[in-house]
Amino acid sequence: MLEKDLKQSLAQEYKYGFITDIASDELPAGLNEEIIRIISSKKNEPEFMLAWRLKAYAKWCKMSPPTWAKLKYNKINYQDIIYYAAPKTGKNQPKTLDEVDPKLIETYKKLGIPLREHAKLAGIAVDAIFDSVSVATTFKEKLQESGVIFCPFSEAVQKYPELIQKYLGTVVPYNDNFFAALNSAVFSDGSFVYIPKSVRCPMELSTYFRINAAKTGQFERTLIIADENSHVSYLEGCTAPMRDENQLHAAVVELIALDHAEIKYSTVQNWYPGDEKGKGGIYNFVTKRGECRGTHAKISWTQVETGSAITWKYPSTILRGDNSSSEFYSVALSNNMQQADTGTKMIHIGKNTKSVVISKGIAAGMGQNTYRGLIKVLSSADNARNYTQCDSLMLGDKCGAHTFPKISVKNKTATVEHEASVTKISEDQLFYCRQRNIKKDDAVTMIVNGFCRSVFQQLPMEFAVEAYKLIGVSLEKINNSSG
Amino acid sequence: MLKIRNLHATIDKKEILRGINLDINAGSIHAIMGPNGSGKSTLANILVGKENIGNISGTVEYLGKDLLKMLPEERANLGLFLAFQYPTEIAGINNMFFLKTAFNNLRKQQGLNELDALDFMALVKAKSKIVEIDEEFLKRPVNFGFSGGEKKRNEILQMLVLDPTLVILDEPDSGLDIDALQIVAKGINALRSPNKSIILITHYQRLLDYVVPDYIHILYEGKIVKSGGKELALELEQKGYGWIEG
Repeated sequence: MLEKDLKQSLAQEYKYGFITDIASDELPAGLNEEIIRIISSKKNEPEFMLAWRLKAYAKWCKMSPPTWAKLKYNKINYQDIIYYAAPKTGKNQPKTLDEVDPKLIETYKKLGIPLREHAKLAGIAVDAIFDSVSVATTFKEKLQESGVIFCPFSEAVQKYPELIQKYLGTVVPYNDNFFAALNSAVFSDGSFVYIPKSVRCPMELSTYFRINAAKTGQFERTLIIADENSHVSYLEGCTAPMRDENQLHAAVVELIALDHAEIKYSTVQNWYPGDEKGKGGIYNFVTKRGECRGTHAKISWTQVETGSAITWKYPSTILRGDNSSSEFYSVALSNNMQQADTGTKMIHIGKNTKSVVISKGIAAGMGQNTYRGLIKVLSSADNARNYTQCDSLMLGDKCGAHTFPKISVKNKTATVEHEASVTKISEDQLFYCRQRNIKKDDAVTMIVNGFCRSVFQQLPMEFAVEAYKLIGVSLEKINNSSG
Repeated sequence: MLKIRNLHATIDKKEILRGINLDINAGSIHAIMGPNGSGKSTLANILVGKENIGNISGTVEYLGKDLLKMLPEERANLGLFLAFQYPTEIAGINNMFFLKTAFNNLRKQQGLNELDALDFMALVKAKSKIVEIDEEFLKRPVNFGFSGGEKKRNEILQMLVLDPTLVILDEPDSGLDIDALQIVAKGINALRSPNKSIILITHYQRLLDYVVPDYIHILYEGKIVKSGGKELALELEQKGYGWIEG
């Protein structure tokens, strides 16, 4: 009965599955040095960038994909993927929003992302990435008044090569892992943020990623630098059309927080998850890492992962500066045939470093949800502290929830705590609610929202509301999905 | 108010209820007593609409409506309330929020305005006093980590707040010490009124010292084998269920 209840509306369609009909400038599928040179020259990059890409490519050719994750998927043929696709906009990048193709503006409007600055999310600056390129960045001028740089990565390479050269690859090196190496070789755009000393970024920054072109991979790179005593809150959102084939998304995010700086990084990931039989969907292989490079620096990760067929993602923090701290709050939902292997790594190097990990995994349908975490305290990290709480909620009896926490402590003064729980929504609970005049769907939503609350509280207000809605929609799918 | 006619229930080929007939009028308290496995809880579960109970036949009329055709939430909506024998734990939902949702759902369906947080709080506080529940308790997740006695009292609190028309109490006394028993009894008595009825399921006569029933029915092997006034409980207490079998 419960199974049946939980399944009733799988028919609920993925809301963002439409395709924008726009001419695209694409490179042929496949990867070789020539492709990398073309990408680099399309971006008019300085020599150091091309050299870095080629170094990454050479390394990548010698690497093989990781197999340790609890994920099953067909082997990816990297020669079938298109590594560069950009909407045709004439020769030059549009300078102002009025030059942006109205179809693109319409696309983002449909996604609820206003590119017009007077629109409703007026307090948030948006960088919109469409396939391989950034199509618009809002509020650039206003941000510049306070010295904040927020622009497409490709623009930063042109305008601020010294910052790029100084920081790129210093947290996630080009040879870090298979997907990071691939990204380093072929990345085409992304967002760049620099917050100068003692500046509190006056608005939320946000990047919205959209994959549109077929058979295309998206390889964006985000670099955020918070200089001494600065503060920034950044949010990314993602969607993709419904397509039968799997598409690869292999991003890299690097965060650098200097003395007393704070970076809050939030993700609402809603890539197309594939259909109920597991056809299509995004393969999301992402490397996200921050470094608290200065003393008293702080990095907070909050992620709500409801999309993608495959999620392989471990936003991590290197706590190098003394007294630095980091938090990781995560809700990951796997429904139908979705698989998520996600978690975090907290590497304590500095003295008195603190980290908190709160992970909430929800598995439904045939979904497989895995938490994988590493808490590593090096011998230098006197008085390091970690608290980890790792909860799983299972809806139905065909799904799976797994946890792989790893703790490695090399300093006797460290305190590391780990708590874990697995719960199921039972028929008894649902019946209890119904006897109290609360409908089944409402009961499931209440229970799941209650489960996620401590994470959603970490999101900026508008996005917390979105997150509740998103979970609601994903749950409708569950409620309606067992026929 | 409630008319049960020739109610049968078969679970896994075993006949649990074998033709129950019972009339409950407004304003009365009926105690249903009987040994383990006599079908008391099955009867309660059928009345509130629990699914997968097996084959059910017979009729149940509640407030002039065919009860067995209604969904559990529709029955609740018509003022039917079950105080569960084993209230389930729900982590993540705050007790107060749960109760407020249930309460305002009722109000909505009755065409009344929802109570705001302050008014609702005042109502709950007043009712909490009767069952001696403090505020901290309301902030905890529903039944989560509650002791057996706390769970029972929470059921009674919910009953008092939702103010149902027909209440079924499934062994509200099981596992309670004498102090807790008296508190639960106080809560049940607080609900008594000429337009409400109570079905009280219990093993023991103990609770009936505090909640005095108008009628007592003895359920044995799926049938009501004896009905009478409150003195029946005393007789049963002295002679034991063996008296029925004999």
